Amino acid sequence: MVQYNRARLDASFAALSDATRRGVLEQLGRSDASITDLAEKFHMTLTGMKKHVGVLEQAGLVTTEKVGRVRTCKLGARRLEEETAWLERYRQLWDSRFDELDKVVEELKRKEKIDGRKKKE
Amino acid sequence: MDARRKSEPAPAKNRTTVERKSERELVVTRTFNAPARIVFEAWTRPELFKRWWVPKSVGVSLLSCEMDVRTGGKYRLVFGNEASNPMEFFGRYIEVTPPSRLVWTNDEGGEGGAVTTVKFEEKGGQTLLVIHDLYPSKEALDASGFTDAMPETLDQLDELLVTLGA
Repeated sequence: MVQYNRARLDASFAALSDATRRGVLEQLGRSDASITDLAEKFHMTLTGMKKHVGVLEQAGLVTTEKVGRVRTCKLGARRLEEETAWLERYRQLWDSRFDELDKVVEELKRKEKIDGRKKKE
Repeated sequence: MDARRKSEPAPAKNRTTVERKSERELVVTRTFNAPARIVFEAWTRPELFKRWWVPKSVGVSLLSCEMDVRTGGKYRLVFGNEASNPMEFFGRYIEVTPPSRLVWTNDEGGEGGAVTTVKFEEKGGQTLLVIHDLYPSKEALDASGFTDAMPETLDQLDELLVTLGA
């Protein structure tokens, strides 16, 4: 899991190291767009834009879907990051619950010990 | 009995793990340094349950807690601050098998509610707790989680976009 995340982070940073690709992400943050739209907006050839989108896609930052002859791009990492962040918050909730539960459990253990002693006497 | 055995020095804090096991399942695990009957008791006696279920860090308190812990029995928990709207959580116990298994429904979400199974697995005086939430669909799991997560994750997204724009 940790390894997977690290590889993913590396890929994300590599993808974000390019100004055009950052611009594409910003653009997709506003609305989904086709590769043709993006190529026009960034004054690039279709092939050039396809390459950039490919790098972003590999990093999981963008997903693409082909409908008919148009390939539409949208932000992809958002969901993953949300899920990771949410799982971590969920874990923290349970973790603090369990810290409190530990106290209750310790108290019950002590009580059981005292009761056990009483019974033997 | 086991209780007479010398208790070992308390080890470091036990780890809580959370895993999305599948599109419809979430699993939480944690070990407790006590036999299952004790951990089970802390889960099933309302006056004990109340003391740990809502940690202070959550920022709300448990306003009321009704638990009829037996197969077919119902529960209803109400959370909130004095000022804000109370949140209710309720459902039914499908299975209560002391001290090893508890299963309940989460009905406040209507059709999208998960079924929660808590297993208490005792081994060498310790108890491994496994909490398993099974949702009716992937969408139901996503919806339950992301409702809570939204404000903060959107902040994070804002930050990301600011960074990108800079």
